Amino acid sequence: MKTYKVYAINDGTVIDHIPATKALKVIDILGLENEGILTIGIGFTSQKLGRKDIIKIENKYLEKEETDKISLIAPQATINIIKNGKLKEKRKIELPDEYVGIVKCSNPNCITSVEKVKTRFKVINRAPLMLRCHYCERVISYDEVEIL
Amino acid sequence: MSLKGMSIISIRDMEKEHLEEVIRVAGEVKRGKHKNFLKGKVISTLFFEPSTRTRLSFESAAKQMGAEVIGFAGSDYTSVKKGESLGDTIKTVSGYCDLIVMRHHLEGSARYASEVASVPVINAGDGANQHPTQTFLDLFTIREYFQDFSSLKVAFLGDLKYGRTVHSLAYALSLYKTTIWLISPDLLRMPQFLVEELRANGSSVREIDNLEQIQETFDILYVTRIQRERFGDPQEYMKVAGSYRITRGVIESLGKNIKIMHPLPRVDEIDFDVDTMDNAIYFKQAHNGIPVRQAILGLVLGTI
Repeated sequence: MKTYKVYAINDGTVIDHIPATKALKVIDILGLENEGILTIGIGFTSQKLGRKDIIKIENKYLEKEETDKISLIAPQATINIIKNGKLKEKRKIELPDEYVGIVKCSNPNCITSVEKVKTRFKVINRAPLMLRCHYCERVISYDEVEIL
Repeated sequence: MSLKGMSIISIRDMEKEHLEEVIRVAGEVKRGKHKNFLKGKVISTLFFEPSTRTRLSFESAAKQMGAEVIGFAGSDYTSVKKGESLGDTIKTVSGYCDLIVMRHHLEGSARYASEVASVPVINAGDGANQHPTQTFLDLFTIREYFQDFSSLKVAFLGDLKYGRTVHSLAYALSLYKTTIWLISPDLLRMPQFLVEELRANGSSVREIDNLEQIQETFDILYVTRIQRERFGDPQEYMKVAGSYRITRGVIESLGKNIKIMHPLPRVDEIDFDVDTMDNAIYFKQAHNGIPVRQAILGLVLGTI
């Protein structure tokens, strides 16, 4: 019998294939701190990633727009929606059109680097990834992306 | 396409129709068709950093059409000095006026101000980012000589890396698919993502090192200042600045119809000798700041 290190949930969302040690960051980005019971597994063996993290969120079904917010730190994550103990939906992460409050602007002279203004980046190119700051209009590439 | 109630923050927010609307109305204002259309309006000019031309031109433009102008130039004597945030300053001033014109050294400050203000905001320069009313007056000046922007050939010369004027105008012209040459030393080339943006909009763009490489005639040479502080080595600066200097002789070699533009202030990149030539239209360009800014104020406030 297979033993589960993270027990199965009956209803909720499972985010699998998160790069190892990024689980807490994912929780932070998705604002799940006060969303009831979370089960977090860190550093599991994964064929796909080598090591991975898993998050199980009980009694909460995350919408696609929400989970796409983690595309910058967990692009290969898979989302499983569980209802009554059954897998109802399985989906991958896609790039959203915009990142709000997730990416830091690399421009020290940008208003978001100085005042308490939530950052906003529009995705202007998907491959290679290019983001434009809604405020200072600077374009940054994937290598320059710094998560807040 | 109405500009009424709209904040004017970046040329990237503009459709070609907006540009045409401003050019058309600025022409009407310049010909004296609209009088006193800002009477009863209060306009705030918040210049958190110094400016001569832009502030005076906005204030003169507003007053000539009957508006009251309040504001400050330099934030030394304001609550900003006491540590007030930009957001709080803007929210407060919003209650005192019908429209805010602002200049601030932080990039994106005008966009942010427009999001917290309850009145429209006009960006009069946010750091190295945007200065849209300069672009409108550049376009208006070009239209006084050339009707069709799509068949136009424009060369930008000088500092194309940091010059926000060039970035915005080149972008605006790319909406018309204007042919663009970018002439600059290697160190001061236009950022690649901007060049790509111009091409994506349909402009043919060529990047070269010097004017002599253009073998065909073109219509406009837009000159910008090369700033000494961009160069680590003063000798390198002297060499580069010298090779981008526009003299009477250079203009004669470019053909008699070429128009020379410059956002001003000029230092020594254009010989004073050139000022009297018919080709030099940079002072006319600066004076067009008045009718163009009047048109923008009237359109945004819905009084034209």
